[in-house]
Amino acid sequence: MSPWNFFIEHRSEILSATFDHLTLVLIAMAFAIAIAVPLGMLIVQHRHLRTIALGAASIFQTIPSLALFGFLIPIPFIGGIGRRTAIVALVLYALLPILRNTYVGLTGIDPAILEAAEAMGMTNTQTLLRVRLPLALNVILAGIRTATVITIGVATIAAAIGAGGLGTFIFRGVAMVNDSVILAGAIPAALLAILADLFLAQLERRLKII
Amino acid sequence: MSFWNGPVVNGFFSHNPKQGIGLCASFYKAGVKVVSDTDSGGGGSHGVFPLVLDAASSRRMRQISAHGRLSKVRWSPCGMMLSIEMNAKLAAPSDLAIEFRGVSYCINDIPGRPIVSDVSLSVSRGETLVLLGRSGSGKTTLLRLINRMLTPSQGQVLVEGRPTTEYDPIRLRRGIGYVIQDAGLFPHFTIAQNIALVPTLEKWDSARIAARVDELLRVVGLDPAEFSARRPRELSGGQRQRVGVARALAADPPILLMDEPFGALDPVTRAELQLEFMALARRLNKTIVFVTHDIREALLLGQRIALLHAGRLVALASPQEFLRLDHPEVHAFTASLTVSDGVTP
Repeated sequence: MSPWNFFIEHRSEILSATFDHLTLVLIAMAFAIAIAVPLGMLIVQHRHLRTIALGAASIFQTIPSLALFGFLIPIPFIGGIGRRTAIVALVLYALLPILRNTYVGLTGIDPAILEAAEAMGMTNTQTLLRVRLPLALNVILAGIRTATVITIGVATIAAAIGAGGLGTFIFRGVAMVNDSVILAGAIPAALLAILADLFLAQLERRLKII
Repeated sequence: MSFWNGPVVNGFFSHNPKQGIGLCASFYKAGVKVVSDTDSGGGGSHGVFPLVLDAASSRRMRQISAHGRLSKVRWSPCGMMLSIEMNAKLAAPSDLAIEFRGVSYCINDIPGRPIVSDVSLSVSRGETLVLLGRSGSGKTTLLRLINRMLTPSQGQVLVEGRPTTEYDPIRLRRGIGYVIQDAGLFPHFTIAQNIALVPTLEKWDSARIAARVDELLRVVGLDPAEFSARRPRELSGGQRQRVGVARALAADPPILLMDEPFGALDPVTRAELQLEFMALARRLNKTIVFVTHDIREALLLGQRIALLHAGRLVALASPQEFLRLDHPEVHAFTASLTVSDGVTP
């Protein structure tokens, strides 16, 4: 069976797998952003926390994705087989790009601007929220973009621990030695990643200030 | 003077009640040593009081009065000083906007190579003092000690008679204007929002802020209708610096700190802004501390010039006196003046 015919025949399954994949990524990204952006804001002023947070996030990033899924399975509450474990792993994976870009964006502001803010009598919190954050927004978004693309890719592997998504087709196709089935997972996953990248790049350009 | 040869001179000064206590301290700063001050007890009294000076101080007092820094000096026929009144330039401490008392500053308070060492210096209300020095001479550090962006490692900096360490730094800074090179405007704010920064932080109502922004744009020579809604990147360097000055003036602070504000501008724009700024400073009667490494700018703008070298105050004089001072670092600066004069066709 040609891949095209397979696509037509299984379009509802592929669509639902794509939807599962997307929700998996969106949930993971929502958590990752909710953790990494505030943490990035916090480590601007806390040097000790900075080393620990960036170090820990780097370690998660270094662990091969399949191994990370494997490590999480035996852990109680967050582990086990299924979506929840996958989401935890994806969040840990997405942390570093967002955290690093948030930190770099917030600290990479023109020193003259920060000097003016301090000299005009802005408190640290006011400087963070009214100056650093708006000026760092596009750098933070670049981190979110990188993290999203990575997460869409890693989420295909999450099928290995029963999280569903487009990876299901890929693993099944490999087991069946059937290219059509592999492509039914791989092509939508690749398209998803490309589209997400384009969309976020567009958003990033709009938020760029200078 | 001839009939009298003793070490002290008897004199009198009229004690202006507005100047309060501390007259002796002011004389001392001016190089006059008061041997005995019979007015030591009565701080609030006024009238004519006897004052005993030694011979050197008496000579110095005559010099000062000759320079017009003391007024209404009356001398007796035999050379005794009968009475004086001080003018604003030689005023009591309560008339000082800023005072450095033996100030040293080391990074992280680690002794060793201090950035500023043992600087004592005062700035009167309404005076423009220029801090002149090479890069790394400590002039910007001195400026940042005034609004407590830095805190002295030793000594005290007094603003309006109070040590900066007794102020809440945020409140202190909002009461002191600050202008830096390249203006340091917020690129994501409009010009109006930039100027309105301190009033906004101080939660003025929006009508008052809008009126103030319009007023300030006119003060610095920019048309409010044209510039209010623009962003800093749409302005030229000179225009941005005008906005920087407007922002510093927004809450009408009595003191203005300026750190090489015209340093990044082309020579023509710089000259324009210097002249306009000078007129503005006189008109608004602000106390201004102005940092520069450009001796021409220092001579043009300063009522007094404080020369810093390796963190120390090496000279403090009016522009006219400054050029005549005999100090290697002064020579270095005046020499640079002559060299560039030679190049100019």
